[in-house]
Amino acid sequence: MADVTLNGTPTTPRARSAWQRLKVNRNWLGLWFMLPAMAFLVLFLAYPLGLGVWISFTDARIGRGGAFVGLENYEWLWDDSVFWLSVFNTLLYTTVASAIKFAVGLYLALLLNENLPFKAILRAVVLIPFIVPTVLSAIAFWWLFDSQFSILSWSLRKLGLISTNIDFLGDVWNARWSVIFANIWRGVPFVAVTLLAGLQTVSPSLYEAATIDGANRWQIFRYITYPLLTPIIAVVMTFSVLFTFTDFQLIWVLTRGGPVNATQLMATLSYQRAILGGHLGEGAAISTAMIPFLLAAILISWFGLQRRKWQHGENND
Amino acid sequence: MTDAIVPKVADPKTVLHGSSPSSVAAADHSEGMSYLERLPKRLVTLYLPLAIILVVLLFPFYWMALTAIKPDEQLLNLEKFNPFWTWNPTLKHIQKLLFETYYPLWLWNTMLVAVCATVLSIIASVLAAYAIVRLRYRGAQWIGGAIFLAYLVPPSILFIPLSSVVFQYGLFDTPFALILTYPTILIPFSTWLLMGYFKTIPFELEECALIDGASRWQILTKIVLPLSIPGLISAFIFCFTLCWNEFIYALTFLSSTQNKTVPVAIVNEFVDGDIYRWGSLMAGALVGSLPLVVLYAFFVEHYVSAMTGAVKE
Repeated sequence: MADVTLNGTPTTPRARSAWQRLKVNRNWLGLWFMLPAMAFLVLFLAYPLGLGVWISFTDARIGRGGAFVGLENYEWLWDDSVFWLSVFNTLLYTTVASAIKFAVGLYLALLLNENLPFKAILRAVVLIPFIVPTVLSAIAFWWLFDSQFSILSWSLRKLGLISTNIDFLGDVWNARWSVIFANIWRGVPFVAVTLLAGLQTVSPSLYEAATIDGANRWQIFRYITYPLLTPIIAVVMTFSVLFTFTDFQLIWVLTRGGPVNATQLMATLSYQRAILGGHLGEGAAISTAMIPFLLAAILISWFGLQRRKWQHGENND
Repeated sequence: MTDAIVPKVADPKTVLHGSSPSSVAAADHSEGMSYLERLPKRLVTLYLPLAIILVVLLFPFYWMALTAIKPDEQLLNLEKFNPFWTWNPTLKHIQKLLFETYYPLWLWNTMLVAVCATVLSIIASVLAAYAIVRLRYRGAQWIGGAIFLAYLVPPSILFIPLSSVVFQYGLFDTPFALILTYPTILIPFSTWLLMGYFKTIPFELEECALIDGASRWQILTKIVLPLSIPGLISAFIFCFTLCWNEFIYALTFLSSTQNKTVPVAIVNEFVDGDIYRWGSLMAGALVGSLPLVVLYAFFVEHYVSAMTGAVKE
């Protein structure tokens, strides 16, 4: 009897043909279920990723396959001051924008986590900058940063704070701060709303207990909120750094890398060199040069914050 | 307060988890300790900063909408007219946009690409997520991790090799170039999201169905999918907005004016050095954002749960 129940019901030895066994085989079924997703990811993600690294070792141009030239593209870039300027710009853009996004986002999340009227509506409204396509809001910023008719300059002038219009996008450092501001504006809602979701899982009884023990606001934040929030901060900031580092749209709309490459990021430079200039190999080399930075950013934000979590004696999953 | 609690509980994840920390936290979060603070203090520490942040976040949209309906002569004359308001709004810019440019065509292109790419991605993701979570074939854990890593590969390092791939496959300057490449951005995200949803569906339901003789396909379509409709809506909305937002692929893979999507077309076709271009530019940006904002308004909770769900898993 035991055999019968274990093996299903083998009425005849040949009842379960190879096909029928295959139909319920996990690995076989799994293969078929995975096929569509894997086809997309291999054909349009993994293959291009490898191809990109390969192209960076060739002198390919648009409309003509390239010959292998070894590290020539990288040597060329090594002596290219514009490339190093773009690296500097990208690092500046990423660190400043990410740090401020984190600070403002966390602050906004803490505010929204208070007992507020119309909380759900407020949260929905906060997210709107994240919903609207970046290019379209960037165009609005372009108009706000216009050198002649900027409403910001006009308001400041009327308030008597400045005497002439600010040239937001024409001056080297003004342009840098302007694009950083636009990036922060777009990124804060994402950080705030995801951190808010994390905050809502912190039980208020912890705050009550801490208050009874005499903790002040800062201590409550530092020793209760922050440790409980670190895992989600790690993920949110990884994403935020990643997308800031590889940003293209905002810069392309606002400055196209100008004035004199002051806001040229690595992504915009690779587009200019590869697609507009036609030097696919060189552009691919710039893209490939971004990969180590990205890996470093992911590892730092991931392990840096994960280790904090272990230090606080939580279960490390 | 209830408006913040109800959606949280309606979320199937929390319902099925039963005593997950979030539902506990939501349950006794009705007032917290806020009664200890007096109104003047709350005004300074809470309402004032919140109001400032909200004004900064929303002002560009107000300015966009206002510019889109202002007559040209008021746009550039900041001294004579109050720039923050207009008493004679005009639909001229929007009319020009809809009847004198390819704008309706661009909207249609964007919509077509977004819907097709989203549907393709969701189908692929449902199958993949179900296989990873429930079939547990050999190596499923590793594939799950690999898919998460795929989410971290940004389009800005892929567009150069992809452009030559697109060219090789003969897809250049067709909507298919975008319909087939956008899923690489969408599939990792939605697979990850749906994996989280499928995990919350009790195993027992599937076991019952298996005993009753259902095939895996029947289980997926008749049990798992109906139970994860909120998750599917979330994934759909999020993917759709991602498609609408995508820029660099559309900029690289499309060249003829008629094939462009809204973001690319606005940047390339409207910037003609005309000093009066701002009205039509802002109208274009406004009309291009509206479909998403309307969609978002209807599905806020789904959207937020997609965003936070993908981060939390």
